[in-house]
Amino acid sequence: MRPLTLIALLLVVLAAPAAAVAQAAPRASLPDIEDEVMCPVCGTPLNTAESPQASRERAFIRDLIAKGATKEQIKAALVDEFGTAVLALPDEGEGVGAAAYLVPIGLVAGLAVLLAFALPRWRRRRPAPSAPAAAPLSAADRTRVDEELARFDR
Amino acid sequence: MKRVAVPAVVIVAAAALVGLLVYGLVAKSDNRTIDDTVARGGTVAAPSLALPLLGETARRSPADFKGRVVVLNFWASWCEPCRAETPLLERLQRRIRARGGVVLGVNYRDTTPDASAFARQYGVSYPSLRDVDGELAREYGTRALPETFVIDRQGRITAVSRGTVNAKFLDRSVLPLL
Repeated sequence: MRPLTLIALLLVVLAAPAAAVAQAAPRASLPDIEDEVMCPVCGTPLNTAESPQASRERAFIRDLIAKGATKEQIKAALVDEFGTAVLALPDEGEGVGAAAYLVPIGLVAGLAVLLAFALPRWRRRRPAPSAPAAAPLSAADRTRVDEELARFDR
Repeated sequence: MKRVAVPAVVIVAAAALVGLLVYGLVAKSDNRTIDDTVARGGTVAAPSLALPLLGETARRSPADFKGRVVVLNFWASWCEPCRAETPLLERLQRRIRARGGVVLGVNYRDTTPDASAFARQYGVSYPSLRDVDGELAREYGTRALPETFVIDRQGRITAVSRGTVNAKFLDRSVLPLL
């Protein structure tokens, strides 16, 4: 067998599993997409919106599904039509939208700094003196306790 | 001092969060500057933004029409009142085109196929910009469709209609500017 033919055969064999994986990719569906995108006019997730605008957006998605578009392609097409507001994500780099990302990061960082300072202090603190151990029972008390317990057993 | 530091940090953080919420509410509140100024008989420089033209790749902005009287109309195919006023705007376009006027549509939060089908259905001959992000609508304080703004030859807003326009509004606000 000629080397070029051998290489071509090897490529076909190696490419076959990749093609199989690509074919096995799940088909996009409306329920899968509509809970991840917004109805931009209604200001609510598409899966809860009932307005005419939401119906048109669903029709647009169904049309793309019928044409065989993947979920990511459909989302990209929605962004082309409605802007990034169609994605159910806060706006990056814009006032309140940016805060949705920055506040949790700030809170976690603040908590980490607080713990970094507080933990060594807590460790350095001397343990509180433990309570004094109870005094051992006298012979008379022990006898009384035994008698009382024996009366319960009867 | 140490006993004061922790509560102070907590108070500052809480104040920052409250401030953020207030900012969010203020930022999302209606922009009434245009309406208030025009209602007092004043004019406002028309906000402008380059946007793609419906059905084309070219971008245009309201400022590109400076020197002409522009009737800027925000519309969408899903907007029922827009169906009623579109024939009126089309008639206006034919009437003012030769006199230095133009109707400029701004298609708001719509899909291209739906918007194009709407324009075909109503025989719309005037151009429309696609306000994909709703950014131009925000600049004009647009919250509900349809809305129409009359812009004079100097690029200033002289009349506002928040709702369906009628022939009386168009005659009164557009014709004197031509």
